[in-house]
Amino acid sequence: MALEKKIRELKEKREKMLLGGGEEAIVKQKAMGKNTARERIMSILDVGTFHEYDMFVEHDARDFGMDKKNLPSDGVVIGTGTVHGSPVAVFAQDFTVAGGSLGLMHSRKITKIMDHALKMRIPLIGINDSGGARIQEGVNSLAGYGEIFFRNTISSGVIPQISVILGPCAGGAVYSPALTDFVFVVDNISKMFITGPEVIKTVLGEEISMEDLGGARVHCETTGNAHFFSASEEECFSQIKRLISFIPRNNQVRADVTEIRPPDAGYDIDKIVPGDPTLPYDVREVIRAVADGSDFFEIQEMYARNMVIGFGRMGGRTVGFVANQPLEMAGVLDVDSSDKAARFIRYCDAFNIPLVTFVDLPGYLPGMDQEHAGVIRHGAKVLYAYSEATVPKLTVILRKAYGGGYIAMSSRHLRADFVFAWPTAEIAVMGPEGAANIIFRKEITSAANPDEVRRQKVEEYREKFANPYVAASRGYVDAVIEPSETRRLLLHGLEVSEKKEVQLPWKKHGIPPF
Amino acid sequence: MEKRETGKLIIDHTGYTTSLSQRFVSRKPYAPPVPGRIQSFIPGTVVEVLVRPGDTVKEGDDLVILEAMKMKNRLKSHLEGHVVSVNVAPGDRVAKGVVLVEIS
Repeated sequence: MALEKKIRELKEKREKMLLGGGEEAIVKQKAMGKNTARERIMSILDVGTFHEYDMFVEHDARDFGMDKKNLPSDGVVIGTGTVHGSPVAVFAQDFTVAGGSLGLMHSRKITKIMDHALKMRIPLIGINDSGGARIQEGVNSLAGYGEIFFRNTISSGVIPQISVILGPCAGGAVYSPALTDFVFVVDNISKMFITGPEVIKTVLGEEISMEDLGGARVHCETTGNAHFFSASEEECFSQIKRLISFIPRNNQVRADVTEIRPPDAGYDIDKIVPGDPTLPYDVREVIRAVADGSDFFEIQEMYARNMVIGFGRMGGRTVGFVANQPLEMAGVLDVDSSDKAARFIRYCDAFNIPLVTFVDLPGYLPGMDQEHAGVIRHGAKVLYAYSEATVPKLTVILRKAYGGGYIAMSSRHLRADFVFAWPTAEIAVMGPEGAANIIFRKEITSAANPDEVRRQKVEEYREKFANPYVAASRGYVDAVIEPSETRRLLLHGLEVSEKKEVQLPWKKHGIPPF
Repeated sequence: MEKRETGKLIIDHTGYTTSLSQRFVSRKPYAPPVPGRIQSFIPGTVVEVLVRPGDTVKEGDDLVILEAMKMKNRLKSHLEGHVVSVNVAPGDRVAKGVVLVEIS
């Protein structure tokens, strides 16, 4: 039978392609603790839902002996499938084929699936594991990268874009992940840098290991380029699936609504925050005390820890939590924490996710290094992001809300829809110590007993201004509430603002302080 | 997990008990620039040294040619004066911020 024979031929051809770079290369890949490209895709997608395209694509490079080289699927696997029943598009570079190097056809496969994702308005997951440009293909490789970066940018804010770094991702290649929404890395496997240790050594004479230069930990703790850290590929895949459960598939729909679950009974919200505003506590406890099922999915957990961001649900709907973390650097705003918060706020705004902000900060971090690092420009990002956001914005002032920090953290003045304050809130230009020292400088310095007068004046100021009632008397705070009322009021606020509509003046786009 | 330093962060005369970040703990103290110190603004290799100690230089005179990133950079004097010391020789590889020449 001719048909049977042809089907058999197809099966044989497929089998060959599915081996990628061959058994030997696969053994090498496995020895590094890495899965193959297709295994990775199938670990993320729902079982049996992966459909692969362009399996038989071949390169047609002729120079440098490339005409004799056969590269199965040209070193990249693309396709579609579902995660939690929701469709996604995916590509995975195959390191076993010519080191996952990117040539013209390789890049065309990637851009084809990117075009699909944008057209179908479904999330894109990109798995990066590549030595970089396929040098033999010259400028065609560069063209390929450029086409990818362009699509990353155009798709930004329309469909979720997730990058997974499961191997090297070096040189220009790093800019695709950098343009996407969330970057996942795995300890000892992920490596990202513009110039590698070799180049740094020859050009600059500095010696540094790959891990210290651009390993998973570095990008999670120091650079902020990555958002999720894991110890193994398996842990990474479950993180990706969890992230997808919180976000909508595109910017025109809402995230899936789940069943409403009350927070765990173990969280006593009245006992989390110390009365003394100089004492630390973990603000994530407050988030867990109000979130459905006390479930909080933190993003960039290891970077700029003085700011906490992440997803949770309230009343079954996804919300983005933003909170100052008094546990770290007293919760100050600085260059890194401003950058971290601003990007997340813009993500939530782009994808219709309401923002719930918890405020407790002494202000911006003083110091020469912060000023010279551009804290003015970076700090302005928070103001910009909150002001521009039109999703429901709910704010709870837990304790300190001083000065510029008060304004920046989703204040009424930046158009928060609801601003609640706990009775422990101190909404003022600065803390009592600082304020009294300035306002009563003359009285203090000219007094016979300056320390005593200072103490008196600080107390006077504290009594009069270190509370939520001055702000409440102007309507800057909508309600002063008991901590135990927080969840109820937030749920109500979210319900009320469910159909919120705000029209901003027409513009091509704003000019945020990047 | 990185080691966390716990301490007090003082803002507006108030000390807050909190963990201090690595970035904060390792921040560099401010050092005002010294005008006569000609430093490497980029790591590289010294190709040529055009002055010797005792030489008189004018503002704008070339002092050292430092090759970095395939570019031969001319380091010029910002002021008029005498060369007090020359700390490098052709062929030396220097890091960023090294004092190459001092002018009084």
